[in-house]
Amino acid sequence: MTDSDRDGDTNAPENDSERFDRLPETEAEREVPGRPTREAVLDFWADRFGVPPETFDDHTFWERGSGKIWAFCGDLPSPVEIEALGMTFLRTRQEHWKPTLEAVQRFGGHAEKNVIHLSRDESRRFLAGEDQEPAWDGDWGYLIVTHNLAGEREPLGVGLYVYDELRSQVPKGRRRNL
Amino acid sequence: MEVLRRYEPIVEDFEAFRAACERSLPSVVRVNTLKTTVERAREALAEEDISHEPTGWHDGVLKLPEGDPGSNWPYIQGWLHGQEEVSALPPLVLDPQPGERVWDAAAAPGSKTTQLAALMDDEGLLVATDNNLGRLSALRSNAERLGVTNLAVTNEDARNHSLKPFDGKSYDRALVDVPCSCEGTIRKNPDALEQWTFEHVQGVAGVQKGILRRAIEATRKGGTVVYSTCTFAPEENEAVLDSALEKHPCRLVEVELPLQSRPGVTEWEDESFDPNVRKARRIYPHFNDTGGFFVAKLEVTE
Repeated sequence: MTDSDRDGDTNAPENDSERFDRLPETEAEREVPGRPTREAVLDFWADRFGVPPETFDDHTFWERGSGKIWAFCGDLPSPVEIEALGMTFLRTRQEHWKPTLEAVQRFGGHAEKNVIHLSRDESRRFLAGEDQEPAWDGDWGYLIVTHNLAGEREPLGVGLYVYDELRSQVPKGRRRNL
Repeated sequence: MEVLRRYEPIVEDFEAFRAACERSLPSVVRVNTLKTTVERAREALAEEDISHEPTGWHDGVLKLPEGDPGSNWPYIQGWLHGQEEVSALPPLVLDPQPGERVWDAAAAPGSKTTQLAALMDDEGLLVATDNNLGRLSALRSNAERLGVTNLAVTNEDARNHSLKPFDGKSYDRALVDVPCSCEGTIRKNPDALEQWTFEHVQGVAGVQKGILRRAIEATRKGGTVVYSTCTFAPEENEAVLDSALEKHPCRLVEVELPLQSRPGVTEWEDESFDPNVRKARRIYPHFNDTGGFFVAKLEVTE
């Protein structure tokens, strides 16, 4: 979806960046043009990462600001005008949807594909925000980055793999030199 | 430090108290059980050769004698949260259950909020309120790093907290960990007493009474409200409870703490308080080698 999709129908209800609106279940229930549906969000996690839709059975999805999707455990009457609702979860404004680091750390353990595993040295560079060229023969696009911690694989964040390069998507405020 | 002299009449072994207040405290972290287990968090610290030891009273609260609790892999993974030892007590006293409706009335920067979410297993509704947007952004960042999703955050004066966004339904439990003169944090912030004035104590006590009143109103009959501060001042502790007991439908209930504590005081300067304030607990730095704290548990009766 692109920004121009949203501007197509000037008479339709618009996204309001000051409040949270629950995502419609399906396209048939959609009132705000371009707003993602719950179905599309579940499909994204299942198709891209193999995360089963039932992982999110207890969560409702909300949009505040164009294309910023939040996941909240529970439900409230929509819309909700408050400061935050659950966690930031997914960015859907660009053509390729991008999960947040926090969503990947919380739910990425269920992922079965488009997961790249980094060594300790590689994960250190990833966390510092560096680009690198680890071995990868899968799809280009957003990948879930994992590393070993306390004897198990743990999801660490999101990387963008393009042109044989893994670009760290760790937000500036979360970068560290360990 | 001279400010503390006013507590000589109510503190046992006052010189030991003074001496303890001058010692610094080690870093302490709480294990975030929403994302891992205590065992794995300790294993991850050991992998990085970070020395740590559990506090005697809670397996999931660890002392890190050396170093910065925020610069290691388990912290990055959201497995650890830096939190002063005594500040882990109020959520345990409130004892929220998965699926309940819980309000954290003065929530930022979110140490106790995220502990409440963990105790609720991220199930039910947890509402966190603060009037300071900058501190709320720290709360949001902490909550997201720790993987909390059952949290709704409001930016408002807690005294006027609105239930409207939340179906208008009252809470099962509320935590009233109020802004205070912070005398008990002296071991962490040696300049905590520099700005101390009696006028500030009186002013903040008014705010504390207002927030506690709103929490009692917004909690259902039979529900629990926990009131806590990190100060020794009776004006901000027993006097606030005394006022609530007189004006609002609530009663104090006994608190059992895993740390050594003393009962609330019923006499202070020229005032005397409802004898039930003895059910509140005072934590002094020299008994457990911690910061100072005050905590009370109330039941809402209407």
